[in-house]
Amino acid sequence: MSHVLDRLLFFTRKTETFANGHGVMNNEDRTWEEAYRHRWQHDKIVRSTHGANCTGSCSWKIYVKGGIVTWETQQTDYPRTRPDLPNHEPRGCSRGASYSWYLYSSNRVKYPLVRAQLVKLWRESRVHKPPIAAWASIVEDEAKRKSYMTRRGGGGFVRAKWDEVTEIIAAANAYTVKKWGPDRVFGFSPIPAMSMISYAAGARYLQLLGGACGSFYDWYCDLPPASPQTWGEQTDVPESADWYNAGFIIVWGSNVPQTRTPDAHFYTEVRYKGTKSVVISPDYSEASKFADLWISVKQGTDAALAMAMGHVVLTEFHRDREVPYFRDYVRKYSDMPLLVRLVAKDGAYVPERLLRASDFADNLGQANNPDWKTVAVEEASGAVVVPSGAIGFRWGEQGKWNLEEKDANGRDVKLRLGLKGAHDQVAEVLFPYFANTASNGFASTDHPSTLKRNIPVKKMALKDGETFVASVYDLFLANYGVDQGLGGEHLPKSFDDLEPYTPAWAEAVTSVPRAQVIATARGFASNAEKTNGRSMIIIGAAMNHWYHMDMNYRGVINLLVMCGCVGQSGGGWSHYVGQEKLRPQSGWAPIAFALDWARPPRQQNSTSFFYAHTDQWRYETLDVDDLLSPTAPDGDWGKTFIDYNAKAERMGWLPSTPALKVNPLEVCRRARAEGIDAKTYAVRELAAKRLEMSCMDPDAPENFPRNMFVWRSNLLGSSGKGHEYFLKHLLGTSHGVMGKDLGGTGRRKPTEVKWREQGPEGKLDLLVTIDFRMSTTAVYSDIVLPTATWYEKNDLNTSDMHPFIHPLTAAVDPAWECRSDWDIFKGIAKKFSEVAPEALGVEQDLVLAPIQHDSPGEMAQSAEPKDWWKGECELVPGKTGPNMVMVERDYPNLYKRFTALGPLMNKLGNSGKGLAWNTEHEVEALGKLNGVVTEEGATKGMPRIETDIDACEAVLMLAPETNGEVAVKSWEALGKQTGRQHTHLALPKEDEKIRFRDVVAQPRKIISSPIWSGLESEKVCYNAGYTNVHELIPWRTLTGRQQLYQDHSWMRAFGEQLCVYKPPVDLKTIDPVRGRKPNGEKEIMLNFITPHQKWGIHSTYTDNLMMLTLNRGGPVVWLSEVDAKKAGIVDNDWVEAFNSNGALTARAVVSQRMREGTVFMYHAQEKIVNTPGSEMTGQRGGIHNSVTRAVLKPTHMIGGYAQLAYGFNYYGTVGCNRDEFVLVRKMNKVDWLERPRPQDRTGGAS
Amino acid sequence: MHPELPTWPAGDWLNQALFGYYPYICLAVLVFGSILRFDREQYTWRSGSSQLLRRKQLVWGSNLFHLGILFLLLGHSVGLLTPHAIYSQFITAEQKQMLAIVAGSIAGAVCFLGLTLLMHRRFLDARIRRTSTFGDNAILLILWVQLCLGLATVPLSLGHGDASVMLRLSSWAQGILTFKPGSADYVQGLDWPYQAHLLLGLTIFLMFPFTRLVHMLSAPIWYLGRRGWQLVRTRAPEMPHRSVSVPRHTPVE
Repeated sequence: MSHVLDRLLFFTRKTETFANGHGVMNNEDRTWEEAYRHRWQHDKIVRSTHGANCTGSCSWKIYVKGGIVTWETQQTDYPRTRPDLPNHEPRGCSRGASYSWYLYSSNRVKYPLVRAQLVKLWRESRVHKPPIAAWASIVEDEAKRKSYMTRRGGGGFVRAKWDEVTEIIAAANAYTVKKWGPDRVFGFSPIPAMSMISYAAGARYLQLLGGACGSFYDWYCDLPPASPQTWGEQTDVPESADWYNAGFIIVWGSNVPQTRTPDAHFYTEVRYKGTKSVVISPDYSEASKFADLWISVKQGTDAALAMAMGHVVLTEFHRDREVPYFRDYVRKYSDMPLLVRLVAKDGAYVPERLLRASDFADNLGQANNPDWKTVAVEEASGAVVVPSGAIGFRWGEQGKWNLEEKDANGRDVKLRLGLKGAHDQVAEVLFPYFANTASNGFASTDHPSTLKRNIPVKKMALKDGETFVASVYDLFLANYGVDQGLGGEHLPKSFDDLEPYTPAWAEAVTSVPRAQVIATARGFASNAEKTNGRSMIIIGAAMNHWYHMDMNYRGVINLLVMCGCVGQSGGGWSHYVGQEKLRPQSGWAPIAFALDWARPPRQQNSTSFFYAHTDQWRYETLDVDDLLSPTAPDGDWGKTFIDYNAKAERMGWLPSTPALKVNPLEVCRRARAEGIDAKTYAVRELAAKRLEMSCMDPDAPENFPRNMFVWRSNLLGSSGKGHEYFLKHLLGTSHGVMGKDLGGTGRRKPTEVKWREQGPEGKLDLLVTIDFRMSTTAVYSDIVLPTATWYEKNDLNTSDMHPFIHPLTAAVDPAWECRSDWDIFKGIAKKFSEVAPEALGVEQDLVLAPIQHDSPGEMAQSAEPKDWWKGECELVPGKTGPNMVMVERDYPNLYKRFTALGPLMNKLGNSGKGLAWNTEHEVEALGKLNGVVTEEGATKGMPRIETDIDACEAVLMLAPETNGEVAVKSWEALGKQTGRQHTHLALPKEDEKIRFRDVVAQPRKIISSPIWSGLESEKVCYNAGYTNVHELIPWRTLTGRQQLYQDHSWMRAFGEQLCVYKPPVDLKTIDPVRGRKPNGEKEIMLNFITPHQKWGIHSTYTDNLMMLTLNRGGPVVWLSEVDAKKAGIVDNDWVEAFNSNGALTARAVVSQRMREGTVFMYHAQEKIVNTPGSEMTGQRGGIHNSVTRAVLKPTHMIGGYAQLAYGFNYYGTVGCNRDEFVLVRKMNKVDWLERPRPQDRTGGAS
Repeated sequence: MHPELPTWPAGDWLNQALFGYYPYICLAVLVFGSILRFDREQYTWRSGSSQLLRRKQLVWGSNLFHLGILFLLLGHSVGLLTPHAIYSQFITAEQKQMLAIVAGSIAGAVCFLGLTLLMHRRFLDARIRRTSTFGDNAILLILWVQLCLGLATVPLSLGHGDASVMLRLSSWAQGILTFKPGSADYVQGLDWPYQAHLLLGLTIFLMFPFTRLVHMLSAPIWYLGRRGWQLVRTRAPEMPHRSVSVPRHTPVE
């Protein structure tokens, strides 16, 4: 009633006491309690998730009250697992639980924003000019262009209308297509799995335009190149529930409770079953407390530790005692029985190519692809046989591509493992040794650069004469320093001898006591022996971020293969980083890359792209000569990395964006004028060097990327290795680069790629960022578009950590003027179609695409690679150079194409991982479900993809994982290749068709498909390689087996045929800045490590008030107590970390947990929050990537060679950064830079 | 014909408006405004303390201020509203005036010190300045001015020891409260600091329901005499409970 009257009712108030007067009973009004009830009352609960770059993929309940999202809690309705397996729920962590804060925070981007100078110029020119001409008038005037470009990173955004900003973007895109070429429009967006339709929206627009999509997995350095090298698979891993099936778990460089929080419970639970766990981590990480044994390894030396464990296992479980399961496994599933040619070098031999059927005079009876069929010796007869399963069987014939123990003629054969006992002779073979020099305090040992070991060999008469051949098995053992009684140099007699790669040697290199190495190896292997392979290694990004990451990973993979763990439940390789398995991938790809309208799409490996276009190559410090193997084949290997990369692009190994110096539309026009097709024209002109590939001159203005879209990403605040180089060269704004380029340092300059004395600053005409929050990237953009949050849109989400597909759904409409990513790109597409006719019609475009993995083209270059550009061979597209395909772009109809499923799905069908199937039935069904286009025009009668839900339905309809009928079709397609019956894996689910509303109701388990190597069934958890082992489907490698021997000539040049330990590289970034700007404090040199954090998922949540409150409210770096003392730093001091790449500022966390010699800066803390200016650069702090620079490794550029052929996010250069060192120094003056930057001081726009 | 209106000199009219009518407006707003706010805006009925933001200066500033202001309030109420007939049985008007001057000056000085500290804190501490509303700032300033005006009357009062001004002021206050016509005449022609002090005081009454001053009405003084530590509600059927979702329990004796 009335609060006042209630207070005044003294005389009706009943009170009495109880408990001897300690308690009082009264009848006061209780309506105030309603406040607490209202606090938790809500109008509805909606299912959604967090599209952060996180493998969690947790389904959440989003609570809505009065039209406002109020809070979120974890869903608990995942489909149950089977008895004896814990359930998945609850999945979620504190980061996700803080997400609703973003929706109404001050950091939300609420309106379309545009840089004031730019919009002023636009409005002025737009008065008299149509859009494309108006854009031309701005960017063709260097002063006007600079006027907004130099403001990037500063304030000065103004609100604009959607109509106006989309017109600017459309005009800029159209101008760029017309003037420079469509492949000068670039888009970057990571990991589709977390919000597939949002990714697809931007990618679909770009592909219809002819723009290029940048890869992410390799750029983030989360792609382990060892996986494609060994398995021909990007990354495939067990789901977290499979941890529960393991008997022994090594957690190696992974911090499960911190970075796999929703999955960590399986790790806890399996320990109740008695599973042993060893955690290997330099620091005392959160995971370490789970361990039975914590091994504190010197950072960056993991390969050495893995080699020593392998040494123990090979010695005790393969040589001294032959474990039948292990031997059987490596014989059937690895390349160990296969033969390798030896070639003479320095008076001994080095292992060369895997022996092929084509090496024999009669091709061993193989007419189809004898170059691509590897050979072995049969145990019983000693005869040379061609076992089925090699890649040569995959293409050009049917029914023999399998791992049955048969030869090409279908005869049962048991392959011989090792030639000892059947050998003709013993040969001295050289193995490279790299750990005899090391920099920056890493340990080295006193051994020669080549180690000579005696190997049993057979002499064979081949086409090119008598040749020694050895088996991979014997080479493998010798490489590990395991003597089979034949002797050699530097072979240990016991584990205590300090010879590579004994536990004693590992103790010297890694600082791990030898007893721990031996105990772990024995425990791991004996568990695998008793359980048939239930030993597992969980790895995080930590080991993969080193320059020689493939050595770290191959060391681990070798260990798993020699113990028969890969493909077994509860066993195998669990690399959980940045992959977030896009389970309905082959249903999604046609929508995302507009494969329904044109093929191939333009896809670019981002590491090479950014290395070239942010001019990080101009500052290269690493010299190839320091990396080459003493056993390298003869040849001219001494080139710069940019030369290597350009060579790889020319030879069709890596993609090129932009591809040609001349606009590809113009190339087609010229060809048309001559009356020949564009491919013929381009080949002729390239060969004649009248036409140049862009990679040969990345700093030419014709080759600049001109427009860039960044969405679902914080490229500049998070993943952008070499952050300061981005700012300087790509963006042309203020930066903190302190080093000199090759012109200044005098280091080796490129010999093939053109060097220009003056590096260009400011390549991009337009940077558009689409985000819901004002991230660092948004701050550096020209236009920022406000997008829907994860609670305001409809989308799909999957992960590698669990087998479910579940949605994001709109709990509320996008707030303020925000729109979903789908609607934003649809809007840009619509505007583009309106604007385009000013300059563009239906155009022909020449697309250059690299030789693709999982296509017959992957057998392009079996012999030594030859370079057409150097006249070593003819340029044959798809064979010695990139594929060239002319496609048609219908620019005025771009919007119509965007919103309808195009005709190629019926005409060409759908495909994935080298399998193709007809999909007409699904297209028809989708037309009935979504409706067909009824308007007259280019798309009449085609299924509509109008809304984000339409797009979801299209993905779900086309994908085998969500449509049982398609799954059966795809298994049938695989069965034709393998000659085996696989459809039983999907037939029970043939009628299951998962729709969007189904996953809104409850997460659904996906259907097993041949796109993935694991099964999702009632009997087993998803485990990678499971179908290879149990269905005898070959791995998609040269040998069809797990390939531990890499025989490509570039691999041999760098001494990586077999796994070896290579110490971290010296990036030489310290000396140029040491003592350069003293501030009176001591500078100490530390290894800069950037692990994944607890208070954010990359940069997401690091600007969230709740997570900031749980951490220290701004950027921090972690130091050991010893190092802190040396530098006079106490906890919470402001410190600066710097090297010649740039500088960053942060507070110091001084902790016992840290290992001396390292500094952690958790990836990735936004520099927009509490970050002061640097004393070194005068710029605001910087991010963790301010002190890094991407460095390429030539072996990652290999292409056209079976599993070493390009695939988007599958193979290619990776952006490693852990070998970096910084100087850490206490700050003297904390300057918050609360004043305009020099370039911002002169007047603003109206 | 219209009846002839009484003609007042302009000064008289103004005096009547300010000291005859204005007090009723202020008191009416004070009473009805407070009731309305208490009923409608329970969550705004609070002191708005900034102690969470910074304890610095608050202990001294707040305690000195509250000590001083409470004494002054009490002094003003007793001094102005006690009829002459009652206190004259114990002390003379002259003695009462001297008491008021001495005690008021001491309390005023204490209050001044506290208030000045609070102002310094509110206007110069960046964190508190950022979170202050207009009302928070205005009320501090107004109280400070009012205090200064009050202190400014002390030398004037010392100038007329016969207590005549004091008597006129208390007659005015008592007259207003008892709705006696013509009370405004008592304060006509007083020195300007008295009049200004009165007007600003009335204005504070006027502003009262719109500021944090309302916490004065909810000062938990009854807490001092509380009887028990554990409070439970009866389950008497006549209770005006609308929600019965919470299970009730019978207290155990």
